[in-house]
Amino acid sequence: MLRDPNVILLGEEIGVFNGVYKVTRGLLDEFGPERVRDTPISEAAIAGAAVGLALAGLKPVAEIMYMDFLPICMDQLATQAAKMRFMSGGQLKVPMVLRTQYSLGRQHGSQHSQFTPAWFLQVPGIKIVLPSNPYDAKGLLKSSIRDPNPVLFIESGLLYRTKGPVPEEEYTIPLGQAEVKRKGEDITIVGISRQVGEALSAAIKLEQSGISAEVIDVRTLQPLDLKTIVESVKRTSRLVIASDDVKTGGVGAEISASVSENAFGYLDAPIARIACPDTPIPFSPPLEQSYMPNADKIVETVKAIMGK
Amino acid sequence: MLQSMLLLRRFEEKVEELFMVKGALIGPSHLYLGQEAVAVGAMSALAPDDLTVTTYRGHGHALAKRVPAKLCMAELFGKETGNCKGLGGSMHVAIYPKTGSLYATAIVGSGIPIAAGVGLGLKQKKSKNIVATFFGDGACNTGAFHEGTNLIAVWKLPVLLFCENNQYAMSTPVKRAVSSPSIAERGRAYGMETIVVDGNDVISVYVAAKIAAERARSRSEPTFLECVTYKMKGHGVYDKAEYRPKEEVEKWLARDPIIVFKKKLLDGKTMTQSEIDAVEDKVKQEIEESVEFAMQGSFLPFNTIQSYVYAEE
Repeated sequence: MLRDPNVILLGEEIGVFNGVYKVTRGLLDEFGPERVRDTPISEAAIAGAAVGLALAGLKPVAEIMYMDFLPICMDQLATQAAKMRFMSGGQLKVPMVLRTQYSLGRQHGSQHSQFTPAWFLQVPGIKIVLPSNPYDAKGLLKSSIRDPNPVLFIESGLLYRTKGPVPEEEYTIPLGQAEVKRKGEDITIVGISRQVGEALSAAIKLEQSGISAEVIDVRTLQPLDLKTIVESVKRTSRLVIASDDVKTGGVGAEISASVSENAFGYLDAPIARIACPDTPIPFSPPLEQSYMPNADKIVETVKAIMGK
Repeated sequence: MLQSMLLLRRFEEKVEELFMVKGALIGPSHLYLGQEAVAVGAMSALAPDDLTVTTYRGHGHALAKRVPAKLCMAELFGKETGNCKGLGGSMHVAIYPKTGSLYATAIVGSGIPIAAGVGLGLKQKKSKNIVATFFGDGACNTGAFHEGTNLIAVWKLPVLLFCENNQYAMSTPVKRAVSSPSIAERGRAYGMETIVVDGNDVISVYVAAKIAAERARSRSEPTFLECVTYKMKGHGVYDKAEYRPKEEVEKWLARDPIIVFKKKLLDGKTMTQSEIDAVEDKVKQEIEESVEFAMQGSFLPFNTIQSYVYAEE
């Protein structure tokens, strides 16, 4: 915002209230009410206004409080923003960011916890970014704001209290580059968002059992850095994908299919997906804990694949 | 204004012929026949670099906002020489930012929140320009209409909302779909200045739009304009609109905006019949040339379409 006066924020409770999870804390005081705009509870209008702002040459960063509210503005995102450049034959550009978070693991119940990135994989024209740690959150957000396309920036609410090094100085992380978080020989674990941390914890536990796991953070699902994943699988010959969405038709299915298309001959075991069961999210804290994918479930799955 | 109205009329007549008689055009196409006074009156009141956000019934808006007819026609043919390179088609023909024809959506009601954003952007940049958005009576029952209209009002954005009440949302008459006594009441309910205007009288539309544009430009205040008009044909080019009472159709056809305006020009001695005929000839020639241009164009190579999905810079 300091660098580019065209960057403007809008969303519910982002100003005076500092954001429902304080993500935008202090920004209203620093940049004023014209650049940090509290909106009515009107998700379609928030997303639509972001689209219009982008068309008018600004760089909107809109916030939708919970990922569960995205369907309310799905038209603006999926049918308007994502298709404008294409339908206009390249005349229009929509440089907007729509930030949201999912609160799985915070006892928010079925309608405030969903993680549904796969819906947007069916929408060419939009980029999907998912930071798994504070360092990436800064670098990826900067790249998203500077990107000339609509970007859906999905945060994990459960990770908001994660601490990690974030340099004060300027840096960006390109969209479309996965990161190998840990080198390994026996199996590749692809993590998405919060599951990257779980995969890293699992890898440490697996090491104690003599299994060397490679952990990859996709960082973006659209574009997906398939090359990094496929190269890893070609070395390890095994793949597990961990994500917080529902298993059927989820992001794991897409990555699995793409790896099968590109590295089937290298696989020594079926690809495994670790995801949520096909039910809405239960409120009851112990039920929710059982529902969520975690490091232990990853360990268990990997051991079964490795026959250990 | 007459030339522009005639261009819209003859263009749509040609489009209908190309669909129905010659089979040269296919796909959905929503004709603007009968509503010419709205687009022409409104656009005449805007500055050339003011912006518009319109709809899938947008051939008229495009032409009135000076999108060249030949580009529109080529777009309808799906040719690379169309303004959207054939990737948009009839429902997006009013996308041509070069003349301020910023966007056209095919989802009913969705343009209103977008116009709010464009208006906010213009206000934020302290631009002298304003944005006009066009939608039908059907759009007034969508959530996007209410959310967008409220935002425009609460943030005092330089937006003109043109509701083209053409009496039918597809085949559903306004009376069976809109609970309030008039659509204009809805603008008022959001605390907006509201004008009800005879949408078949180009001068009335122009005057109302001029007042609204001035208010938006100088005070950043929006206006809701309900333009009462009539869709001369059905929802799309294939819809024979047999659900409409014959007397109703006849009543409105007698108030054809072009007949009304021609009479005004002749009665007021603003134009002579031979001057009007000359304009007709000019328009006819422009339409013929646009069809010629469209037929000559080639299609975008399929292997290039991927490059239109994401912007690089």
